[in-house]
Amino acid sequence: MTQLRSDRIYQRALTAFALALPALILVILGVLLVDALPALRRFGPSFLWTSTWDPVAEVYGAAPMIFGTLASSLLALLLAVPLALSVAIFLTEFSPRWLRQPVAFLVELLAAIPSVVYGTWGIFVLIPFLRSYVVPPLKALLGWTPFLQGVFYGNSLLAGGIILAIMIVPYIAAVSREVLLAVPTSQREAALAMGATRWEAVRTAVLPYGRAGLIGAVILGLGRALGETMAVTMVIGNRHDIGVSVLQPAYTMAAAIANEFSEATTGMYQSALVEVGLILFVLTVVVNAIARILIWRVARGAAVGSKAL
Amino acid sequence: MSGASLRRHLTSRVMTVLIVVLSFTAVLALVLILGNLLVKGASSLDWAFFTKSPVPAGQSGGGVANAIAGTILIVGLAALIGVPVGVGAGMYLAEYGAGRLGFAVRFVADVLNGTPSIVIGIVGWTFIVKPSGGYSALAGSIALAILMIPMLARTTEEMVRLVPHSLREAALALGYPRWRTSLKVVARTALGGIVTGCLVGIARVAGETAPLLFTALGNLNFTTSVTQPMQTLSLQIYVYATGPFDEWHRLAWASALVLMGLVLVISLTARWVTRARYGRIR
Repeated sequence: MTQLRSDRIYQRALTAFALALPALILVILGVLLVDALPALRRFGPSFLWTSTWDPVAEVYGAAPMIFGTLASSLLALLLAVPLALSVAIFLTEFSPRWLRQPVAFLVELLAAIPSVVYGTWGIFVLIPFLRSYVVPPLKALLGWTPFLQGVFYGNSLLAGGIILAIMIVPYIAAVSREVLLAVPTSQREAALAMGATRWEAVRTAVLPYGRAGLIGAVILGLGRALGETMAVTMVIGNRHDIGVSVLQPAYTMAAAIANEFSEATTGMYQSALVEVGLILFVLTVVVNAIARILIWRVARGAAVGSKAL
Repeated sequence: MSGASLRRHLTSRVMTVLIVVLSFTAVLALVLILGNLLVKGASSLDWAFFTKSPVPAGQSGGGVANAIAGTILIVGLAALIGVPVGVGAGMYLAEYGAGRLGFAVRFVADVLNGTPSIVIGIVGWTFIVKPSGGYSALAGSIALAILMIPMLARTTEEMVRLVPHSLREAALALGYPRWRTSLKVVARTALGGIVTGCLVGIARVAGETAPLLFTALGNLNFTTSVTQPMQTLSLQIYVYATGPFDEWHRLAWASALVLMGLVLVISLTARWVTRARYGRIR
C-alpha cells in the first residue's frame, strides 16, 4: 500500500523529534571532549591517579574526587540497599492491601524532594544529629578502626554518604518494586504449595526470578548517587584529599564542578574541570547502560522506573 | 511441629519483622524531612517573603519574590521548549519505534535520564552562555529542557502504548489517515497520561539547581528579562543554606518549604489528572 503524503510528513516530523535524543548525547559528548582536550593533552592518563589540585601551579589530578565519588556512593549503597529492597519486598509480598498505596505514595514523595532541599536538611538537621548522637557512640565502639579516625567537624564523607542513601532509597525501591511485580504469581504459589514459609517463598522463588532486575535497580541507584551534585556538595566538606576515615571531609567530581567551575579563571583550570565532567559522564553512562540492560532482561523494554525519575 | 519446621517458621517471622522495620525506617526518613521542613519553614514565612526581593547580606527582612518569579519563568520556558520535543519523540517511539532507530532512541533516552545534571550545566555553559556572551535565564531554561526531554519521551511512549489497538483499528477502518488516527484518536485518548508525564517532568526540573549554576547563575534583583541572569528558588536555597548568617538560614528553610510546596502541587496535580481520567488503575 502506498503511503499518503500527509502520513509521510507526519512520520518525518516525529522522526525529527526522536533524532533530537541521539543528537543531544552526541552534542554533550562533543562539548565535553573538545573542552577537555587541553587538559587531556597536557596531563594524559595520569590525570586519573594524580592527587594534586593546584590552580596556581596549574597542576591538576582528579584522584581525590574520583575516590570521594566512589567512596560516598558505595557508602550510600551499603546503607540504602537493605532499606530499599525491604520497602520493595514489603510492598509486593507482605503488606496488607490497604497499606500499599499510601506507602508507595510516601516513597514516591521522597523521590520528588529537590536535591538542594536534602542538602539544607543535611546541614541543619542531619549533621548536628550525627555530631550529638551518632558519632560519639560509633567512635566509642569502633574508634580503633581506620574508618573512624580524626575529629568529626560535621561536613564529612559520612554525612555525604547518608544523604545520598536517603536520596537513592526511593529510586531503588520504586524500580525493585516494579521488578518484583513482574514476577509471575505462579512462582510464589508453586513455592508455597511445596510447603515453603512466606519468607522461603520470597527467598527461593521471587528474588532469584527477579535477580537481574534487582541488581539493575541497585546499579541504577549507584548511577544516581555518582552524579548527584547539590546535596553532596553541601555536606561532604569539599576538600581535595584521600582518606579512609568517613569522619573526614572529602570531595566528589560533581561537587568540584559545582564549586569551582564559575571561578575557574584560566583555560587550563576550566579544561581540567570539564575533564572531570567527562569522566563523570562516561562513568554514569556505563553504569546506567549496564543497569538498563539488566532491567530490560526482566521487564522487556518497558520504561521501568520512569515514575521515580 | 518438629524442630526444623519450628526454626523455619521462626526465620520467616523474624525476616518479616525485619523487612517491616526497615521499610518503616525508610518512610520515617521522609516524615522527618517533611516535618522539619514544615516546622522550620512555616515559622519563617511572612508576607514580605513573597513580595520583597533580598536585602543586603547581614540585614534582616526581605524576601525571595525575585526567586519565585524566576523559578516560574525559567521552568515555564523550559517546558515550552522541552515538552514538544519530548512528547514528539515519545509519539515516535510508540508509533514507529519498533525498528532499529526506535531501539537506539529508547536506549539513549534511558541513558540520558541517568546523566548527572551538573554535566548538562557544563554543556549549557559552553554551548549557550559562552557564545552568547553572558549568563541568562534562557540558557538555564534550555539546560532544564535538555533534562526534561528524555524523561518525557519515555513516559509519553508508555502512556500511548496503553491505548487499546482496537481504537486505532476502528479509526483506520473508517478511512482515517494514519496521522489523523495518531493525533485525533490515539494521542487524544492518552492525553491524560501524557499531561501527567509532562507535569511530573516539570516538577522534577523545578527543583534542579546544578544545571542552573553556570547558566541562569542567580540574581539578587527582580528581573523578568530572560536574557539576564535570573534567580530561582533552588539557587537561592543553595546560597542561603551554605552562607554564614542566621537570617539567611531562616530564609533558606522558608524557600525550601515553598519550593517543596511547588513541586508537590505539580506532582499531586499530575496524579489527579490521571485519576480523573482513568480512575484507579494501579
